[in-house]
Amino acid sequence: MGAEVFAFYLFALSTITGGLFTVLSRNPVHSVLWLILSFLSSAGLFILLGAEFVAMLLIIVYVGAVAVLFLFVVMMLDVDFASLKAEMSKYLPLGLLIVVILLMELAMGLAVWVPADGAQAARDAPTPIEFHNTAALGLLLYDKYFLLFQLAGLILLVAMIGAIVLTLRHRKDVKRQDILVQIYRDPDKSLSLKNVKPGQGL
Amino acid sequence: MITLEHYLTVAAVLFVIGIFGLFLNRKNIIILLMSIELMLLSVNINLIAFSSFMNDLVGQIFTLFVLTVAAAEAAIGLAILVSFFRNRGTIAVEDVNVMKG
Repeated sequence: MGAEVFAFYLFALSTITGGLFTVLSRNPVHSVLWLILSFLSSAGLFILLGAEFVAMLLIIVYVGAVAVLFLFVVMMLDVDFASLKAEMSKYLPLGLLIVVILLMELAMGLAVWVPADGAQAARDAPTPIEFHNTAALGLLLYDKYFLLFQLAGLILLVAMIGAIVLTLRHRKDVKRQDILVQIYRDPDKSLSLKNVKPGQGL
Repeated sequence: MITLEHYLTVAAVLFVIGIFGLFLNRKNIIILLMSIELMLLSVNINLIAFSSFMNDLVGQIFTLFVLTVAAAEAAIGLAILVSFFRNRGTIAVEDVNVMKG
């Protein structure tokens, strides 16, 4: 058994295990950690397939940003997760039935399909042999798919603004510093002179 | 020898696990979002596997856009979840019919 075969089975097994325990785990924090395992091992699969740039992107974007975002939300919301899990067994039979049906449907098409005759000729961007993966992707992305690239940036901008608008709130019961009020304070209104007699006080 | 079918099997199993998670965690919207992320990941595995075995880079380009949309979706979903929790004090999504007209 070659190293590539061993690496494939290792990564495939840990991807599926991570996915399964993401779904089954009782504690959502554990779910996020299993999700991170699944992302990391599928990044390994991508490296085996020769897509190094997407593998690194998966680690940076998914593990570094999305999974940490999930982790923050899970830890910061004070939710009673035990009550949410209580009815888990209610949906188990229906879920298993649909899973088995879907797997059978997918397995029917797995080994019997053949590529179309013109498939090799219809390729839009055959992998160049003189560049490595990242350079080839960059040449393609910034040239041929530039409009889509800009639109993807626009989607991220809209998502950022939307997330800020949804979660921003101004609390009324918090004391804030107002610079203008401090500058325009009038000494006549804030000070008063009192003549305190000795031994009496105010 | 690892063929394309091996990768397609992994992606199919991961996709089905994602759907299973949608059914199993009907109430917990955080795990619902994670299941959607798993399904998008399996789609990405499919795209990269075809891209690698067909020697066509467009699959990897498309994976970048799927990643972008998935990240945006996770951010918006979690923001909606946080504001829902702030208003209702729970994240049980069975009660989310309050926006019904």
